[in-house]
Amino acid sequence: MEPVLTLNTITKTFRDSEQNCPALAGVSIDAYPREILCIMGPSGCGKSTLLRIIDGLEQADAGTIQIAQGTMAGSLSVAMVFQDPALFPWLSIYENIVYGLRLTAQKVPEDEVNERAAALLALTHLDSFAHSYPHQLSGGMQQRVAVARALAVTPQVLLMDEPFSALDTFTRRELEDEVIRIRDGMKTTIIMVTHNPEEAVYIADRIIILSERPAVVSEVLPVDLPHPRDPAGPEFIRIRELVTRRVLGKPDP
Amino acid sequence: MVLISKQDILNYGKGLAVIVLILLIWEVAALVIQNNYILPTLGAIFTVLLHPFAPVLGGESLIANMLQSLKEVLLGFFCAAVLAIPIGLWIGWSTEARAYFNPVIQILRPVPPIAWMPFAIAWFGIGINSVVFIIIMGAFFPILINTVDGVQGVRRRWTEVAMMLHATPFEQVRTVVVPGALPVIWTGLRVSFGVAWMCVVAAEMLPGTSAGLGFLIMYAYNLGQLQVIGAGMIIIGLIGLCADTVFRAGRSRFFSWQGRE
Repeated sequence: MEPVLTLNTITKTFRDSEQNCPALAGVSIDAYPREILCIMGPSGCGKSTLLRIIDGLEQADAGTIQIAQGTMAGSLSVAMVFQDPALFPWLSIYENIVYGLRLTAQKVPEDEVNERAAALLALTHLDSFAHSYPHQLSGGMQQRVAVARALAVTPQVLLMDEPFSALDTFTRRELEDEVIRIRDGMKTTIIMVTHNPEEAVYIADRIIILSERPAVVSEVLPVDLPHPRDPAGPEFIRIRELVTRRVLGKPDP
Repeated sequence: MVLISKQDILNYGKGLAVIVLILLIWEVAALVIQNNYILPTLGAIFTVLLHPFAPVLGGESLIANMLQSLKEVLLGFFCAAVLAIPIGLWIGWSTEARAYFNPVIQILRPVPPIAWMPFAIAWFGIGINSVVFIIIMGAFFPILINTVDGVQGVRRRWTEVAMMLHATPFEQVRTVVVPGALPVIWTGLRVSFGVAWMCVVAAEMLPGTSAGLGFLIMYAYNLGQLQVIGAGMIIIGLIGLCADTVFRAGRSRFFSWQGRE
């Protein structure tokens, strides 16, 4: 199978007048269609930087990125969900979701905008809130809107940068299930940065562990458990502990 | 629907009580002093206020003078906004523009608008044009400074969302920067309307004007008609209050999201 996204030795050093701060030292990752990849690593190792480079918000110093092009009009190769929902507070939920579709880069005709919005509102269970405003929604619902806004441009790859870290455990689990549903329903490849080993083992097909800064891929752990996964199951716990040790750089017992 | 709570009524009552108290003290003092050249009685002031369409002191009516001032304020305020908002957006958005223009703004900003009067008269002659120029000078800077602040306060993350969805730079400004900065720009407009209103009265008091509330106040002073001055001041205060109420209503109507995002 052809990868939908190929990162080849991505290197990035942050420079300012005082010092050079190397963040990524040659990160190579392949992501395949309909795959959920979780990226983990010690904090400050450059996980978010990697996503921002994939999305074009930062430029890599060296290395190449190959991304499959969007298959239909008005679709982007990648879209991103940030740690905070960052909804536009002056727009209704509906207007937030279709924001990207109305930009000249996408030029989606208005009836298709309506169609896509309706489908996304249904997918994310936000139907009854279409005309509400962000401040009227809970944190979890706001993050759902952010996910819908990113999905509206039908990306090949959805990037998520610790999207649920600010949410409570129950909301978080709901949204994790939703991510799996989105992958199944929209056939999107999802790359999620997380610092929660349980979350990674719960949703990921593969977990990519980055080393300390400057980061390289130190290990790739496949998670071969059927969905829905049971966080109390022995295999689940074994992988979760393995991931935790790998991130912390501790030896196996 | 607006619900007025008991607390609101109580607060209005408290405010009203102080106003009544001041009026009472004024009236007692006026009755004791018995000198219309020092303190006119409330009765004399309200007589002027109750006949707003009657000619005052052989000239235009109270309303006509008020409309003249209002016309000058709105004209100056509108020109100031049309100039200051685009410039403010530009300076707020571009560090380069900020480097160029910030020093000159910081130097000109503290100059009291009325200090421009001699130049105004030299450039525009005596009359409405000079007054409007003074108002523009007064109203321009609060709008400009607030627009710059508003743009700089727009969350970086909002712009990143727009960039992530491939918005062009123009679209980023139109769909994120302007709406994101608008509540602060609105505050600038509100402040500058107050400044404009002060400018108009001060500018009209200067020699050479022949209409407006500032002119009326100065004219009444020269004729020793202090009750007209009192009436003019009350009108000025009431219009300021009305304008502020409109701006505040606009804020809660359009920018209720502010501080809750």
